[in-house]
Amino acid sequence: MMNDPTALQISQVSKTFVMRDRSVQALTPIDLTVKAGEFVCLLGASGCGKSTLLSLIAGLEAPTTGVVTAGDAPVVGPGIDRVMMFQDAALFPWLTVQENVEFPLRQAGHSKAVRAATAREWIERVHLAGFERSAVHQLSGGMRQRVALARSLAINPAMLLMDEPFGALDALTRDRLHHELEKLWSATRKTILFVTHNVREAVALGDRVLVFSPRPGRILGEFRIDLPRPRSLEDMAVIKKTAEVMDVLRGALEAAPGELEGAFI
Amino acid sequence: MSIQKTPALTTRATHTTLTRRVIFFAAILIVWELVARSGIWESYLFPGPLVVGRTLIDGIVEGEYLHAALISLQRIVIGYGISLVLGMSIGALIARNSILEDTIGSLVVGLQALPSVCWLPLAILWLGLSERAIQFVIVMGALFSIILGVRDGIRNTPPIFVKAARNLGATGFTLYVQVIIPAALPSIVAGLKQGWAFAWRSLMAAELLFFSLSLGNLLQTGRDFNDAAGVMAVMMLIIAVGVTVNQLIFAPIERRIGERWGYAAASN
Repeated sequence: MMNDPTALQISQVSKTFVMRDRSVQALTPIDLTVKAGEFVCLLGASGCGKSTLLSLIAGLEAPTTGVVTAGDAPVVGPGIDRVMMFQDAALFPWLTVQENVEFPLRQAGHSKAVRAATAREWIERVHLAGFERSAVHQLSGGMRQRVALARSLAINPAMLLMDEPFGALDALTRDRLHHELEKLWSATRKTILFVTHNVREAVALGDRVLVFSPRPGRILGEFRIDLPRPRSLEDMAVIKKTAEVMDVLRGALEAAPGELEGAFI
Repeated sequence: MSIQKTPALTTRATHTTLTRRVIFFAAILIVWELVARSGIWESYLFPGPLVVGRTLIDGIVEGEYLHAALISLQRIVIGYGISLVLGMSIGALIARNSILEDTIGSLVVGLQALPSVCWLPLAILWLGLSERAIQFVIVMGALFSIILGVRDGIRNTPPIFVKAARNLGATGFTLYVQVIIPAALPSIVAGLKQGWAFAWRSLMAAELLFFSLSLGNLLQTGRDFNDAAGVMAVMMLIIAVGVTVNQLIFAPIERRIGERWGYAAASN
């Protein structure tokens, strides 16, 4: 993987939100390089700026300082080479499952036949064949995230930006979606940035885990996870590695009390 | 992973509703007939449902009622159509522009507080006892509800839909047409429905003052001829037209939106 091209280059990127009477620094200047095909987990408590970082990469917001470079072009706005997934699957309730998955293809101007075929293929790949004509509200939370995954991948982006997409799901559903995400990732070799506040989820999924400190967000530490795949939350190796990460975090917590309190569950 | 449906339950609920309605309205008719026959009021002032029903049927068979209804419907179609075009455009503009919202937006909220029939005297002064005066009052009745429904729907589009859509490649016009408008649809339809209800009321009030044949005018004629049965029969007809439009146009739209979005359609 050493020779893989750089998918994402973040140099001195920071974000300060200016409100009426005060400004809040969400992200201190951050440097980060992600290789193509890499699965990177951003780990941190809510409000540590990791979601902000995803929005900056997605181009939904502009950084206060620094430059985000995706592929070989600087990010100046949203682009379908970087697709974001949200905790709320953000499916469009006025569209069916099939139409939701076709949505990005339609924006890209693909023909009706291509749209239908591509959407059907991805709906099958996330195991929702038979639900093409279902309305969004008829689906469970896990099924909605599957549709969101199909919708994101249908447009064939280079990068998936996942903002706690499984955060609201029950443990069993979450576990299954981990497996499927890992499988899809292995098959497609997309670059994935996955935001979570769950240490074990981060260890189970990531090639690399970046730990963020809260308020203002900065990268506190980095762990390379070299465990064999496919992994599961129950693997002894994953559990051991999680404990290792937690130990380091606890050390950091003692060094800077208060900073990480209540950060990880 | 299965989708549960409970057709049996839904059917039973519909049956119960239907039974309740039939019993309720039958009871009203019976009480009405009994009161009418009791002689508390003179029967020419308070006719029973049988007399009113016969008047209604006669009026329809003679063609006068249908003719009047067609004239009123034609007026409202034109007036409501104008309101629809104006209201959708103004609502969409206000929702996207804070200057327009601060100015025209507050004006609309203010004017919405004025029952549209209050415009009638001015309309007659300006335009005479003409079709245009009636159209003006209808538009004043429907326009503001439609503007506010469109504005609120667009303004309250959940930001996450816009984020997700931009992220998936939607921009400018397509973002508007494929995401913001559909997301606003429930509120837009509510505004259209309220606009229709106000327009219908305004039209009936306006027609009371006009001399050419129309539903509202038939009410006035009934009064002039001391014909309470005729007045009541026309009132029935006005209700019937209002309910029919709702059932044929708004109820199906609301049902479709409800089914798709997953909330129970507004009851009819």
